[in-house]
Amino acid sequence: MGTISLKNISKSFGSTQVLNNLNVDINDGEFLTLVGPSGCGKSTLLRIIAGLEQQTSGDVLIDNKNVNRVRASERDLAMVFQSYALYPHLTVRRNLETPLRLRDYNAFERLPLIGNFSPSKKEKTESINQLVNKTSETLKISELLDRKPGQLSGGQRQRVALGRAMVREPVAFLMDEPLSNLDAALRVHMRSELSELHNSLKTIFVYVTHDQAEALTMSSRMAVMIDGNLLQLDTPQEVYDNPSSLSVAQFVGSPKINIFKGTSDSGGTVSFLNVNLKRKSSESNTDLHIGIRPEHLEITNESNENTFSGTVAYRENLGSDIFFHVNIEDGSNKIIVRGLPQFTHQISNGSSVNIKRVSDKALLFNQAGMRVQFTNA
Amino acid sequence: MEAKQYIGEGWKHAILIIGAIVVMLPFYMMVSMSLKSQQEIQSISGGLIGAQETQTFPVCVKTGYSEETCTMKPYQYNYWFAFEKAPIPRYLMNGVIVTLSIFIIQVLVALPCAYALAKLRFYGREFVFSMVLFCLLIPVHGIALPLYVMLAQAGLVDTYSALILPWTISVFGIFLMRQFFMTVPDELIDAARMDGMGEYAIVWKVMLPTAIPALLAFAIFSVVAHWNDYFWPRMVITGNRDLFTPPLGIREFRGGIDSDEFGPMMASIVTVTVPLIVAFIIAQKRFIEGITLTGMK
Repeated sequence: MGTISLKNISKSFGSTQVLNNLNVDINDGEFLTLVGPSGCGKSTLLRIIAGLEQQTSGDVLIDNKNVNRVRASERDLAMVFQSYALYPHLTVRRNLETPLRLRDYNAFERLPLIGNFSPSKKEKTESINQLVNKTSETLKISELLDRKPGQLSGGQRQRVALGRAMVREPVAFLMDEPLSNLDAALRVHMRSELSELHNSLKTIFVYVTHDQAEALTMSSRMAVMIDGNLLQLDTPQEVYDNPSSLSVAQFVGSPKINIFKGTSDSGGTVSFLNVNLKRKSSESNTDLHIGIRPEHLEITNESNENTFSGTVAYRENLGSDIFFHVNIEDGSNKIIVRGLPQFTHQISNGSSVNIKRVSDKALLFNQAGMRVQFTNA
Repeated sequence: MEAKQYIGEGWKHAILIIGAIVVMLPFYMMVSMSLKSQQEIQSISGGLIGAQETQTFPVCVKTGYSEETCTMKPYQYNYWFAFEKAPIPRYLMNGVIVTLSIFIIQVLVALPCAYALAKLRFYGREFVFSMVLFCLLIPVHGIALPLYVMLAQAGLVDTYSALILPWTISVFGIFLMRQFFMTVPDELIDAARMDGMGEYAIVWKVMLPTAIPALLAFAIFSVVAHWNDYFWPRMVITGNRDLFTPPLGIREFRGGIDSDEFGPMMASIVTVTVPLIVAFIIAQKRFIEGITLTGMK
């Protein structure tokens, strides 16, 4: 149905550069997440796509048409806001009708009372009603149509806001942290509903969030932004497994990736603490950051040249997993290790443990924070 | 609750009750005097409503009515004579026309101004707003004379326009609404823009409905001020009695050859005050209900 391309988008407010030469191509039917810590410019980028904000330089193309000079309402996009932004004085039905009325009725038909004399209005009203009813059935809000937004719960308001975006059948949905006002359980539930909705609508979703879990669970591709720069744009799995830089690696994944100080010798062989990775890095004779995700470490009884030891500072039991926050012996690092409950339930705070790597996985980053590849397997 | 607390609460209530009495007393006097006869008023007797003895009223006879017509109970006489002597309904209507026109035009001007000052980014916005604040400091009486001269030059003295035009731009209204609009989330306006509303549509269809409580507060200020205003109508309505506003109308009863007739005078004042009080009571209820912004957070 459509594509959106952003070409060399930059935005500055006064002397502050918020977005730095971004290029993104969004494919038809894609669920693209813009993710990054707060203040990284992701919302600004979304508002530029929407036309609510003007970029300082660069082009926005919708369906290969340049829309730099096209007003927000004429770009045929719909937006869902964090605070839902429903009209508080109108019923749910009227909230859903509003975008359709503004699009379908002409100026005369919108007039109160005399507008009803227009011959074509009746037909349009009928089709508006049908669309509203169809949408509210899809979202299961039919019984709420006569209420005011103030009488709805957070989740219901969320649905209505979605409905108001859906009725127009736009080229793309733009969502600005739509789930962050919901409680944790509902948020997880709405994630799956949004994914289902996306599957059935097959329209572009551009979804802004600071929650990397939302990005990982829902998107077909995710764009990681930090400080106005687009650091990586790829599928969630690829971003998780193959982060392009240290910042991306640290941002994506919960609990956070463990970073060890390591070195490579003149032959490129990498080691950290007392552990030798037995793998070679492309950069030799230098200090490196070695990233190992919590699930790639485990607590073991062995004690040899492949293990290192530490003391459990805090035990975080999530039921399915237990995460151990461990102080490394030499005091340099605090790391997180995942343990399976059936093997580690007897380990308590304060006990000393040996830790080994699982499946040889590790990520290398140089001093500048850029990814360094291993040269051998 | 312990006895001690009761005493503490009692003090507070005693002070509040005294305050309430002080405020209510003039109203009590007004209502009481509008019901009593001239002698009872002057001798300060008769309590709230007086003896209500049927009697013949000399001023009435002097005005040219038959003695039979002029014989009735004091409360009947006071209200009958007030309406007889002055066209009070006409004055009330003038009051309604003037205050409503002023209020409606003030809203038509203030809402778009306040919206622009609160939500639109444009060069010089802060300067314009500081000028608004500056204008709040100018006393009406200071510019009354130039205003009068301008109206006189335009030939508008002794017209409704003279009563209405100078008040159509309310800096206070702009300021008040701007402060309220600052609290309306930007996202609501963005949502309206995405839905396809223009800026004017946003003002009237989104901002106005959410601003009803603030607008009511402003309405009370505006309507009370201009309904009760004596100074300005006195200046620009020089001869035409048909344009008298209620406060000017009350003046009809003051002094003159017949000496002061307090009964009918107070009766006319009651008539002039009641619409305001009723409007207040109705507005107060809406005030409390208000349209909350809860739908957005």
